[in-house]
Amino acid sequence: MAATIAAAPAAPSRHFRRLLPLYLPLAVFLVVTLFPFYWMLITSLKQDSELYNLNAPQFLLTKPTLEHYDYLLTKTLFLRWAGNTLLISIVSTAISLFCGILAGYALARLRFRGAGFLGVAIFVTYLVPQTLLFLPLVKVVQQLGLSNTLWSMMLTYPTFLIPFCTWLLMGYFKTIPRELEESALIDGASRIQAMSRIVLPLALPGILSAGIFAFTLSWNEFIYALVFTTSQEIKTISVGVVTELVKGDVFFWGSLMAGALLGTVPVAIAYSFFVEHYVAGLTAGGVKG
Amino acid sequence: MDAQRVERARTIARPGLWWWTPLTEREGTLGWILALPAIAILLVFIAYPFLVGIWLSLSSETVANAGEFVGLRNFADQLQSEIFRNTVKNTLLYTVVTVSLKSALGLALALLMNQQIRAKNLVRAAFLLPWIAPTALSTIAWKWLFDSTYSIFNWVMIQTGFAPWIAPTIVGHVFSIGPRGINWLGNGTWAMIAIIIANIWRGVPFFAISLLAGLQTISQELYEAAALDGASSWQRFRYVTLPLVQPVLLVVLLFSLIWTIADFQLPYVLTGGGPTNSTHLFSTLAYQIALVGGQLGQGASVSLFMFPFLLATVASLLWYMRRQEV
Repeated sequence: MAATIAAAPAAPSRHFRRLLPLYLPLAVFLVVTLFPFYWMLITSLKQDSELYNLNAPQFLLTKPTLEHYDYLLTKTLFLRWAGNTLLISIVSTAISLFCGILAGYALARLRFRGAGFLGVAIFVTYLVPQTLLFLPLVKVVQQLGLSNTLWSMMLTYPTFLIPFCTWLLMGYFKTIPRELEESALIDGASRIQAMSRIVLPLALPGILSAGIFAFTLSWNEFIYALVFTTSQEIKTISVGVVTELVKGDVFFWGSLMAGALLGTVPVAIAYSFFVEHYVAGLTAGGVKG
Repeated sequence: MDAQRVERARTIARPGLWWWTPLTEREGTLGWILALPAIAILLVFIAYPFLVGIWLSLSSETVANAGEFVGLRNFADQLQSEIFRNTVKNTLLYTVVTVSLKSALGLALALLMNQQIRAKNLVRAAFLLPWIAPTALSTIAWKWLFDSTYSIFNWVMIQTGFAPWIAPTIVGHVFSIGPRGINWLGNGTWAMIAIIIANIWRGVPFFAISLLAGLQTISQELYEAAALDGASSWQRFRYVTLPLVQPVLLVVLLFSLIWTIADFQLPYVLTGGGPTNSTHLFSTLAYQIALVGGQLGQGASVSLFMFPFLLATVASLLWYMRRQEV
């Protein structure tokens, strides 16, 4: 408020005065942040003859080509990996939302013996990093006969998605007034009906952001996908690009960068819709714990 | 609302199946029924593997051999190993350096973005990119940026004449800078610096965006009141901003510390723990020993060594948060 009032008479000089303390450092941050993406883009569009020639101009494109994209899409299983990644992300997100909605509702609304303990237990699993358990999980996945299947990922990704979904949704359910449900109960609705007809529709924004967040986390997962799979056909984008586009010691940098870029675009789009919800959910859930 | 009246009204209004309805209508049972799917998955894929992991770490199991109980021998073997001790040092260095720099840079960026700036949403989306891009994929870009021959950083150092100039000097010698620039991923120290740089690049947005959310909840009136009382801008930052942003900072620190101690993707893709095992973290060493070397028991013990570090981090931060709340 104060800033806008002061700004009105002398706008140009204000911008000049803000250049050094504000826009200059912001520009530095921005260049450092975006440079690797710029580098991915121009590397993926350069011809090999230019790419591996230190005397050619490095920062600019002179003869752009789509040959690396062509190679990636026709000579590798990239599209297959993309399909796998999409399928795994959708299924594990659906499983996690289902479990998270039910558990979140129970923890937010119902008084039952052990609820406090359960809440703490779920919060603790939220803090368990995937890398702590990946070796025994390889064994467990084998015991269940899931090695080298998409199910190995669809069923294990929820371990890091359910805790998040539960906490975020618990917060949402708590913001919905109890009275709405109670009047439905008086009118003869069952608990389940009160939940599915009254509470769920109101919690839709929360469910949506939990879903998008779970989707992007699944999309970005790496270590489980790396250790549970052996055949090319069931790899995900991250694992496929990192392990299959390197032959021996030879790196196909052009198509590697093309794959990295194409694998990033879907999550970038998904995220841009819901940043606010994600941050709010994460910090609120954490502080309460 | 009188709970008993609700209960009675419900029982009268709902005939339904006699054996099903009461279960789902009683909160004591319904709570557990609703939580059951989540509990089942977490038991099968977290609690059970945790026990399997403890068993593995106490056994001599290899890929080829079922193995037997060997007590704490794997842990003792690791403590004897030069590579393992180096891995502990790397993990501590990696965590302390990156998390402090990510906090400082993240707070700086959050303060900048909390000003009135043009095209705010676009700028914020741009800053988030390193965080949202799949780490394995963005790290591939860093691997290319740090390539021994085609690194753009080296190219700039050669073109500007810096590398040829500094190489013959004592500085070039001490810091391993040759006439063709730096052998980023081929030199243990530089490789460690490389994964630290890539980690900071990836993690700053998370700090910045979360802290920005914290900053935006601080009432402008507090700053105006402080300014009226004659507080300098440093004092306003120190006594208004910092204390109010602290709860968010602690949560962000908690997550970042866990993720950094347990990091795998970034070091795995960038250095694979090399050159000659000089940049291993717990997870990459565990992967190397167990799945490349086939020593499952030894690998599981390396993974579990992470546990006390995680526990200490979580316990001390949660304890500190509780203390602040009181």
